[in-house]
Parts: sequence; structure tokens; C-alpha cells
Amino acid sequence: MDIDFITQILFAAIKTGTPLLFIALGEVICEKSGVLNLGQEGMMLMGAVVGFLAAYTTGSAGLGIFGAIFMGMIMSLIFAFLVLHLGANQVATGLALTIFGTGLSAFVGADVVGQTVQGFQPIIIPLLSDIPLLGKILFTHDLLVYVSFAMAGSVAYVANRTRTGLVLKAVGENPHAANAIGIKVLRVRYCAIMFGGAMAGLSGAYMSLVYTPMWIENMSSGRGWIALALVVFASWRIGNIMLGAYLFGLASIMHLVLQGMGWSISPNLLAMLPYVATVLVMVIISADKFKEKLLAPRSLGKPFDPRQMA
Amino acid sequence: MIQVTARIEPSKLMTFASPLLAIFLTLIFGSILFSLLDKDPLQAMHLLLIAPLSDAYNFSEMLVKMGPLLLCAVGLSLCYRANLWNIGAEGQLLIGALGGSAMALQFVDSEAWFALPLTLIAGILSGMLWAAIPTFLKLKFNSNLILTTIMFNYIALYLLLWGVHGPLRDPDGFGFPESAIFSDATILPLLNEDGRAHIGIIFAILLAIFAAFVLAKSHLGFQIKVFGADEPAARYAGFNQTKLTWAVMLFAGALAGLAGVSEVAGPIGQLVPGISPGYGYSAIIVAYLGRLHPLGALLSATFMAVLYMGGDLAQIEMGIPIAVVGMFQGVLLFFLLACDFFIHYRLTFPSNSQYQN
Amino acid sequence: MSQVSRDVIVIETPNLTRKESAPPRLTLKNITKEYPGCLANDNISMSLENGEIHALLGENGAGKSTLVKAIYGVVAPNAGELIWEGSSVKISNPANARDLGIGMVFQHFSLFETLSVSQNIELCLSKEQLASIPDLSQRISQLSEQYGLNVDPDKYVHSLSIGERQRVEIMRCLVQSVKLLILDEPTSVLTPQEVAGLFVVLKQLSKEGCSILFISHKLHEVTEICQSATILRAGKVVDTCNPKEETPASLAKMMVGDLAEQDAGYTKKTGDKVCLEVINLSLSSAQPFGTQLKNIQFDLVAGEILGIAGVAGNGQEELMSAISGEDSRAAPDMIKLNQVPIGDLGAGKRRQLGMAYVPEERLGRGAVPDMSLSENTLLTHSKGFIHKGIVDWKGLKSYTSQLIDSFKVKCHGEFSEAQSLSGGNLQKFIMGREIGQSPKVLICAHPTWGVDVGAALAIHQALLKLRDEGAAILLVSEDIDELFLLADRMAAVCDGFLSPVIRCEDTNIDQIGQWMAGTFISETDTPSKEASA
Repeated sequence: MDIDFITQILFAAIKTGTPLLFIALGEVICEKSGVLNLGQEGMMLMGAVVGFLAAYTTGSAGLGIFGAIFMGMIMSLIFAFLVLHLGANQVATGLALTIFGTGLSAFVGADVVGQTVQGFQPIIIPLLSDIPLLGKILFTHDLLVYVSFAMAGSVAYVANRTRTGLVLKAVGENPHAANAIGIKVLRVRYCAIMFGGAMAGLSGAYMSLVYTPMWIENMSSGRGWIALALVVFASWRIGNIMLGAYLFGLASIMHLVLQGMGWSISPNLLAMLPYVATVLVMVIISADKFKEKLLAPRSLGKPFDPRQMA
Repeated sequence: MIQVTARIEPSKLMTFASPLLAIFLTLIFGSILFSLLDKDPLQAMHLLLIAPLSDAYNFSEMLVKMGPLLLCAVGLSLCYRANLWNIGAEGQLLIGALGGSAMALQFVDSEAWFALPLTLIAGILSGMLWAAIPTFLKLKFNSNLILTTIMFNYIALYLLLWGVHGPLRDPDGFGFPESAIFSDATILPLLNEDGRAHIGIIFAILLAIFAAFVLAKSHLGFQIKVFGADEPAARYAGFNQTKLTWAVMLFAGALAGLAGVSEVAGPIGQLVPGISPGYGYSAIIVAYLGRLHPLGALLSATFMAVLYMGGDLAQIEMGIPIAVVGMFQGVLLFFLLACDFFIHYRLTFPSNSQYQN
Repeated sequence: MSQVSRDVIVIETPNLTRKESAPPRLTLKNITKEYPGCLANDNISMSLENGEIHALLGENGAGKSTLVKAIYGVVAPNAGELIWEGSSVKISNPANARDLGIGMVFQHFSLFETLSVSQNIELCLSKEQLASIPDLSQRISQLSEQYGLNVDPDKYVHSLSIGERQRVEIMRCLVQSVKLLILDEPTSVLTPQEVAGLFVVLKQLSKEGCSILFISHKLHEVTEICQSATILRAGKVVDTCNPKEETPASLAKMMVGDLAEQDAGYTKKTGDKVCLEVINLSLSSAQPFGTQLKNIQFDLVAGEILGIAGVAGNGQEELMSAISGEDSRAAPDMIKLNQVPIGDLGAGKRRQLGMAYVPEERLGRGAVPDMSLSENTLLTHSKGFIHKGIVDWKGLKSYTSQLIDSFKVKCHGEFSEAQSLSGGNLQKFIMGREIGQSPKVLICAHPTWGVDVGAALAIHQALLKLRDEGAAILLVSEDIDELFLLADRMAAVCDGFLSPVIRCEDTNIDQIGQWMAGTFISETDTPSKEASA
């Protein structure tokens, strides 16, 4: 293996990990507020198809991105309303969102399957891209990859360094106490869920406008679920999420690596790798039950209904 | 002003009315959608809901779709009752089909009487195995059941693809990704000669009744319900969570495996890549719509099978994409969850005089 | 002192003074709050003067908590008016309340364990308040010194004891320069010595002009520090008085109406046969921020009640889980039931050997909320009702009906859902269910917490009857008075250590209070040497 090959692989791992990074950043904020949204896959698919349709009809990839983010937020609003206002089970509602999103995206995208759009061109950042090795890997990407770097940084800043982050953490730990001291729990959770939706939509747009770039039914192929595992793997820490996303990215392109090294394994078996990796990672990370309980937001998945404050 | 008030006791009526109301709202949603798409909503609704029941052939096809939905949903109902979020029916179904096919392919030229039972058992055991792995990982390593079962669905799909492209491919099949056609000795008997409905549906109905009995009358069923309703109470009572988890998960895996093998050893008759149009996922909705009760699943599986069948008809006759079925399922579950709100709450129209003493 | 005595006069003739001096700090007019099926506050009117310590008295369920939550803006009343320093106000959320100068210390604290003390306090401050404090940590340290609260701003809340947490809550109010401090049952979680410390702080605040609304059902505390009292019964104001002129007995009469039977003066017993042995039980915590059990040793004797005192969170939960079998990680020999090692058996197996358990949470653990009483009987009492795995529902239902009758559980019938019962009736049901299994050992946690006086009396008598029939009872409670009333022998837990066990006649509240604070730990490095009876 020469150095060029390694550079290419790492470059591709970042590119492949970027949609995971987007969606996991959204989910981690949502989970920090105590809400488990299993609808990531559905929101991502809707983002992908709407982003593609918008870009396809207007010819503007930028409009596609905005359309996808908007769609992701609409989807998450449905979830938020059911879960926060009607007290519906978070797991069941998340599943419904995924099933709905999968079906609806296939439905509205049926006419444009296989079409292509003009995606984003790589932007080679002057100076930084000249850094040996790292410059190629990190600074010769398209716009959205840079956006994902910036997003990770700002999400980490807001979550760890601001009062907003403090409020988020408080709501996720103990919504009843937060309500008692006057934090508007539902409003915080609405915002967190919608941020999750926006990120999932953006992630979908990355798939259909940059990564492929075309619309195929079910094109997220489980990334929404892997992102959920990623958040657990990362122990709800933003830095770990970034690292984890690129590791999963690497696992997804492992078949290229192995082919490059001259191995021949059935492509179907290689396609399992990211999923097998996810299971393995979860087994390793969750085996310490005590640690996971310590790190997870305390009220994660539990409903909070201010009406039932007696 | 309309106000939302908590009920003092949950409404029994709403528990049963909620699924019907949800179906009704979904139909209204569908009609509006079809109108917007310039399709005649009445014709579409007729095709989706009435046509599948209108003649013997369609009815038989409906039963073909109902079998796997019901089998998976009965298993899932018990899982969800016990608060075990098994989303893996799809994978268990696919592996059941794969394992059953591997066995059936040993009997391609045979007419042995035991070929069919062995094929079914192979399918059931494969499904159980596929449910056993995430169960083991949950109990031993505390891994999240939702995520592992989902991952195992994807792994199962690629394993199946690997099977039909590799070791199980028909050597005389001109390279198509299909197995050899199964011998009649490994095919489930048909209910009647007019259609493809087979005795798998009878198994499914019997198993649903059996599961309903277990849930209502047995101590095991009671423990399942307590675990689902109130886990701290179950631990306080000293129920054996490990044993219960194994029992429920393996039962669900067995049923999904049976559903899978019944497809390949039934209407399909060989192993192909597209065995399931997402029965395992739809079964989640069937289970919910049936109020997580095996007999409720009987009704909701019928409805869902009609919808599947109707989706086929609507695609053929009106050019409506088949994906409309998946979307309807999601909408249906949304409406159901929303309607369930009214089990615990009601709308009131208070007059202001109430508080003036 | 002069200010205090002036206030006492104010209370005696409230209508007169209102005209001649500053308006009262807070006046409530006809506050009404209705929950589905329950009128929690019914036309409540009362008034609080500046610098007054005012008690809000009432039984569990009388509507005290609802009323103070309405004042603090957590609960929106259906009708009524709040008048703050002479002008009518609408308090729609806690932030409004805090802006006016109202602070509240909740019964179940509203602190976030994963955040530090100063982060917890920061969350309660508005942006303007925060901007006006140059250095929050420094301000906390300064106030801590001023009031002797001993609060370290940089510590994480999960590392604090219950008493320290309460002081953080008080600090939270002090930082906001509070004019009215509401305390909801503040002493129920403290050792007697900590209670004395709290009263010093409250008196200092009162002297500085801060009004204090003090919720309690402990009458001697009310007579000790309060200058006036409002008594609630079933959501209504039934009386107001000056507690200094009342006795605990006369206050009790106002709270509950006339009591036919008195709950006092039971005979103590001495058992002989050791039933349950706990031998050098050490166990790490299974939960984050839990308590590690350290070398616990005691014997439980048939025909006796052993009371275990302690402030919440000192290992009681962990100890009861280890004994009941919900936590079966202990070594087999650490716990023996009639000489049989049971340390590693599950809860179900231990039940078969004659153990029964009344847990702290009735609804959600002791009983499944949305299941019928018959089903809830089957939860722990399956013996005789299961034949070949099939439940004998008919037999179960008739047995449950009997149970309901003999323990006077008020409900519609065996089909009633557990959640439809009041706390006291549900506790009687659970108690009856556990006693109905004729246990050799009964573990009983906080049996009368949140229960009305009548049900408490019935529960006490049921426990004593079970003791007299020869069962061994382990009674864990935070209520020292109850322990002295019922227990034959006593011990206290602190930080996972168990104190020596001592006969009730040979000890007093002061010694047990010191043990609750852990004084016995320094005395002996290997605690829980059993003091023989």
C-alpha cells in the first residue's frame, strides 16, 4: 500500500462519514434533551428526496439543501407533536416516522429514480490543502464537508460552553426539576427535535446531491440507524461522534480497501461490514452497563407531561 | 374554548375505537392525497380496500399476504407486551427463508414425506437463531435491542443475497440469482386449487389463538404483561427476566422464521432475492393496530393484507406507485398514536360558571 | 426578637394591622385548583406578613403542595387572586415568581445531579440577575459564610448528601435575594441535628424581613418556630391559629378532625429465635450515584420489629434490594434465612422461602398502576393460584375480595385498577397482600409515607399483629417518631454503614440522630458490631 492509496482511503472515509456526522450531531442534541427519535432514517430519506427534487427542478443545489433541511424539520415536527403533546411512545412514534418517511420518499421520488443533478464541486482551500498528507485528506472536499466541520465545532461549543447547553442538559437529566424551576421543557425539546430533523434532512441532501448524486429508493441504507448507535458509541460527546462517524465511514468503504489490496470477497458479504461493525461496537460499548447509565441523559426516552404535575 | 382534560380512568371504548378511527382518518388523508394527484379517490379507495375481497382469486392472494404478516405480528405483539423492542422480524423472516431453502434444496429430487417438515423446522430454527443472537447480546452485553435487531435485518438481507448469488444459486439457472425450483415434496399444500393460498395461513391463525390463550390465561402471559406495563414491579415480584426474554424472543423468531420458510415453500417455490416486501416492518404496524393482542392482530393483519393487495391492484390499474402502501402504513401508525391520546384524555367544553361558588 | 413579637400580634389581628402598616407580603384570595376527580384547593384565602414564619399544616392530600406550587407558578390555579405587596399579580411560571422575589425549596429537590452547584444555581437566574452578579462562585461562597450553609460552589450535586442538597436549594433562593421563601416538608429528609441547623438559618432570614411559608406535618416543629399557622383539610382552610398557643395535640385535632383511636403507646416485645442473619454484607452500588454497602451485620429475630433509621440515600434502598433479592449479587453466605444461605437467590426464590416485602414506591413497583387488584394480588401471591402454568382467576378474584374486606381497602372491587386507589388504601392493600402470605420475614419500607392518619393507624396495627404472630419485621423509615413508636430494636444507616443495634428503651432520639449523621463510623472502624439486647 502506498501513501497515495492511504490518502485516498482516508479522504473517502471522511466523505462517507459526513452524512453520518450530520445526522448524529442532530440526534445527539435531541437525545441530550431526553428525546429518543428513532425516525432518523425516515427524516433522512425525506431530506434526500426533497433535496433532490428541489435541485432537479430548480437546477440549484443550494435550494436543494434548503429544501431538505426544511423537509427534515417538518418531519421532526410531526414526531415532536405526537411525542410531546400527545404523549405518544417515543419508540413507536420514531418507528412510524421511519416507515412513513421510507414510504413517502419512495412515493414522491418514483418519477425521478435514476436521474442525476449537478452536485457540489470540490473547493480546494488554499494553503491548508498544501499541508502534507492532512491537507489532501481534510481540505480538498466539497462545501458541505466544511459545513460539517463547522457544525461539529459549533454544536460542541453550544452544548458544552453556553447556558443553552446547560438548559439542554438539565432538561435531559430531570425534566420535572427543570419544569419546577421554570425551564420550558417542551419548548426546549421542540427545538432539540427540530434541530435533529434539520440535520437529518441535511444529511439526506448530502446523500442525494453530493455523495451519489442521484435519488434511489432507500438510499440511506440504514445510516439513520447507524447514527443512533454512533451516538451511544460516542457516549454523547461531540468529539467522539466525529471520530466515530469517520470510523464508520471507513468501515463502509472497506470493500474498496480490500479490493485495492487484491482480496476477492463476495460484495454481498462485504456490504454487511458497517452493520456488523455497528453491532460489535454496541456490544463493546454497552457491556459496561454501569458506565452507560452514567453517561446517557437520565430521562432519555421517558415521556414528560406537564399536565400530570400533581 | 375546548380544553383537554385527563380522564380519571383510561377509556375502554377508546382503546377499541382508536384503531378504527385511525383507519378512517388514514382513508380521508388518502382521498385528499389522490385528489391532489388527479387520481379519482373513489376508484383508488375501491381498488385499495374493496377489490381485494371481491373475487376468489384476489381473496386467495390476500390470504397469501396475510399469513406472514400475521405470523410476524403475533410474535411482535408478545415482544412489545414484554417491552422488548424487537424490530427484527424482517431479518428473522429472511433468514427463515434462507435456512428453509437450504434444507429444501437437499430434497430437489426427492419425494420423501419428511422433506416438508424438515424444511419447515429448518426455517423455524433459522428464525429462532436470528432472534437468539440479539437476545444474547442484550442479556449478556446489555446492547440495545432495537439497534441490534435492525442491524441484523440488514445483515440478513445481505446474507440472503449472498446465498442466492452464491452457494444456493441454481447451477442450471443461467447465472440468475435464484435457487433451483423446490420439489413438490417441500411445498406447502394449497387450501384450494383456485389460488396460491396455502395451509400456512391456518398455522398462523392457530398460533395467534395459542398466543392469545397464553397471554390471557397463563402465569407466563401474566408475567409478560407485568414486564411490559411496569418493569420495576416485575423485578420486585421476582419474575425471571432472562427466562422470559428468551421465551418471548425465541417464540417471535420462530414465528417469523415460519413466515419466511412458508413464503419460499409456498407461493414462491424457490429462493429469490425479493422474498418480502417488508412484511417484518409492516408487522410492527399490524401488531400496534391490533392493540398488541394476538386476536387483534388477526383483524389488523387482514386489513394490512387487503391494503397490500389493493396497492398491487392500484399500481396495475391506475399507475399509482406501490410505495403508497408504505406511506399509508406510516400515516396509519401516526393516526393511531394520535388517537390513543384520547384513551387517557378527553376534550371538554367548560363553561365559566363551574368555578364560581 | 422585638420584630418577631410584633409579627405575632399582627397575626392575631390581621384585619386591623393591614390598614395601619405596610401591606402584607402576600395575600391569597379564593385560590381554587381542580384536578380530574379531585378538588385540591377549594377557595383558599390566607395572608403572610413581612418577616413572618407561617406554617401550612395539613394531612397528606390536604392540598398543601398544590397551593405552594400555585404560588410559585408551577401549577396554574383555576380561579382566585394573588396579591403581592399590595398589588394583584399573575404568576404564570416560576421565572415570574422569582422575579417578584419568591423562592422555593421543593420536597423532592429540583437539582440536577450531573451539574455543579454553581451551574445549578445559574440555571435559576435570569439573564439580568446573572449580569448583576460579577462572580457567581464568589457570591455563593460569601452567602455560604454569612448564613453558615457550608455550600461549595464547585462540587457536583451527585456527590452531596441530602442535607447539603437542601442547603444548595436554599442558597439558590438566597442568591436571588428572596423576600418569600417556601419550604415544602423541609425537615422530613434531615437528621434531628440538621433540622436544628435549618431552623437557625430560617430564624436569621425571618429577622432580616424575609417571609417564610413552611409546610410540615410535624407539629412540634411548627410550634417551635412558626408565628402563625393555616390549617388545611381536604383542600379547604379549616382554621388559623398561633402555634405558640397550641399544643401538638390540639393542632393534630384541627388537622384531622376528631380521632377515635390514638396511635401511641404500644408494648415492646423481645423475640428469641434468629430468623434472618446478615453477615458482613458488602456490595458495590448497581446504580450510578448509589451507595455502597459496607460490612453490614445484624440479626433479625422472630417476634420483633427491627427499625432502621437514616436519611434517604444512605444505603436503605440498596440494603433492602440485597435482602429482598431484587439485587442478588451478594455472596450466598452473606444473608441467611433460617440458616439457609440466600444471598445469591432471586426475589422469587426468596419469596418461596417465606420472605415478603412492602417497597417504598407503592404505585409502579409495589403495584402495577393499570392492572386490577386481582392481578396485583397475583403479582407476588401466586401460591395456590397456578395449576400447571394456568392461572386460577376465579379463585384469585374471590381471595382478593376477601383481602379487600379484611383490610378495609376502599375501592369499587377486585377489578379496580391499582392507580384508582388513594395512597393509603393502596398501601393497606399491598400490606394485606404481603401479610396474607404469612411471611416469616417482612421487609417494610416507609410504610406510612404520604398516607392519611387513619390508614397509618391501620397499617401500624397490622404490623404489630404480624409481629405478635411471630414474624420478624425489618422496618425501614425516615420517620424517627414512627420507628420509636413501632420498633423493638433500632439501628441507623449512614453512608452504607449500619450502626450498632440497640433496644428502643435504651436509646433516645438524640443518639439515633447522631448515628444517622454517622458518628458511630468514627467510633469503630468496623461498624455494626451488634449490641446485644
